[in-house]
Amino acid sequence: MSDYAVEVVDLTKRFGDFVAVDGVTFHINRGEIFGFLGPNGAGKTTTIRMLLGLLRPTSGYATVMGYDIVKQAEDVRKNIGYMSQRFSLYHDLTVGENLDFYGRTYGVRGQRLRERKRFAIQMAGLEGRERELTRNLSGGWKQRLALGAAILHEPKMLFLDEPTAGVDPISRRAFWDLLYELAEGGTTIFVTTHYMDEAEHCQDLAFIHGGRIIAEGAPEDIKLDRMRGQVLEIDCTQPDVAIGVLREMGLFEEVALYGAQIHAVAEGIDEYKPRIAQALAEAGIEVHTMDVIAPSLEDVFISSVRNHVNGEE
Amino acid sequence: MNENNFVIETQDLTKQFKKVVAVDRLNLSVRKGEIFGLLGPDGAGKTTTIRMLCAIMDPTEGSARVAGFDTKKEPEEIKKRIGYMAQQFSLYGDLTVLENLTFFADIFEVGRKERQERIERLLEFARLTRFKGRRAAHLSGGMQKKLALACTLIHQPEIIFLDEPTTGVDPVSRREFWDILTELHIGGVTLFVSTPYMDEAERCSRASLMFDGNIIVCDTPERIKGLVEGQLLELRPDELREAAQLIAGLPGVLEVQTYGDLLHVFVDDAARRTPELEAALVGVGIAAEGLRRTRPRMEEAFISLIRKRSEEDT
Repeated sequence: MSDYAVEVVDLTKRFGDFVAVDGVTFHINRGEIFGFLGPNGAGKTTTIRMLLGLLRPTSGYATVMGYDIVKQAEDVRKNIGYMSQRFSLYHDLTVGENLDFYGRTYGVRGQRLRERKRFAIQMAGLEGRERELTRNLSGGWKQRLALGAAILHEPKMLFLDEPTAGVDPISRRAFWDLLYELAEGGTTIFVTTHYMDEAEHCQDLAFIHGGRIIAEGAPEDIKLDRMRGQVLEIDCTQPDVAIGVLREMGLFEEVALYGAQIHAVAEGIDEYKPRIAQALAEAGIEVHTMDVIAPSLEDVFISSVRNHVNGEE
Repeated sequence: MNENNFVIETQDLTKQFKKVVAVDRLNLSVRKGEIFGLLGPDGAGKTTTIRMLCAIMDPTEGSARVAGFDTKKEPEEIKKRIGYMAQQFSLYGDLTVLENLTFFADIFEVGRKERQERIERLLEFARLTRFKGRRAAHLSGGMQKKLALACTLIHQPEIIFLDEPTTGVDPVSRREFWDILTELHIGGVTLFVSTPYMDEAERCSRASLMFDGNIIVCDTPERIKGLVEGQLLELRPDELREAAQLIAGLPGVLEVQTYGDLLHVFVDDAARRTPELEAALVGVGIAAEGLRRTRPRMEEAFISLIRKRSEEDT
């Protein structure tokens, strides 16, 4: 049996000529929150569907909680919880009825179902609202109810596909606090997201692009390893003019306006500071501050994709 | 136009649908040339607000002026001067990129003479020149958004309303889309952009957070971050849970948040608390890397402000 919660080796899925997932290899430690990131169409959903045993890989191999996703697909499904993008709740059923439905689907009955329902309702903060129609719940409540439904059978592994899309920031934060609690209790969590800032919540990450993993590791390590160049934040007068001056210098991978400040990206950017100051001064622009700042995960992702694309050409 | 140079101004703008108040006495004003961000979750009232400002939908109460005209009384004047890119923007999938632009040029009655030059410039601007012969249905999501934007710009509007233009777009295209918006901004166009992504507030001249039909914060990104109580320290301890519990109990610590293997600690005074925090960790034998002062993320700033506001309300 694999020591890892998920082990994926050279997993590939072709649809005709199209390679949706192209030789993907990664693993997830037990009890970890693993973030699977990438744009729409990068291969995220295809990978999840293979891991859930819903789609047969063209080649390669994977286990989930020690079970082979092809030969033991039934065992995989019994041992995991899955929460899909649209929360898959029945809107014309009440809160309690939705939980009953999922309980039966997962084979949870009688006393245990009553206990688990109580737990799910408490976790979602829905005490006293069991008889309310699900359609009347706002986004954050629905999301927590769907999570409750996905863990009724106490799975050791949870797959969440874009769980926080369209939810307000406070609910999003509350949801992540629940995920941390589950992970502390030993549940392994696989979560896909396209919110790059949210990926910072994960202990381990993989970026998928064009069916391939282009970066993986802990968020902080990815930032150190994968970011080519540093981000310089410039606070100056007339940023609209300054941006043109900086672009003309031709030194930077990227020059972008953030509110009233400018972000310029280049390797060894510290050394360019005097030249930047001079060029801006000559244009009659006064620099207030100029600091190298930590890149965001999105900065890193964009840098990785560009390196990946350039490497192929 | 008034002396403050506001090109969008609302007064107690309200829209009620049967039982639901989608927009609730909204007051906002946007200066000429700003990138104004309207942030908020699904159902906050962003789309309804934009539709009222574009004079597509009448308010149930209150009023709005756009480009100097009243949305209720002078909708036609407004429509001439604005561009509106809806969330479900309808491109013609069977038509090529070029044909779509020509079609919109027809609708907006762009003269034959100006047309060709303008279309070429927009293709270049949206980085679509190479794809002008491709059918719109065969473009990637990011490229479709850029084409929709180009179509929105065909009649050279003074003000552009964009309803969630980056939703579902990959990060690279999202960055590129914002770069294009920045170019429009530098060119003097006023941009009103709604988005569910909190981090996009950073790209705006001013950003507002909408929640339940109302705006609860509205300011420049720098000042929104500045409104956060306390200063933020970041560290990576080897015993995350124990470290979090220990730190939460130290004097001067306002809040502790977990980010993967990182802790974010809001303290009253970073310079004073940093050595204290270090000493406390050493005292119990927890090693920590990368202890430093950092800036809150936009989302942290919003959360902190919403919490502060709800405490004040109760």
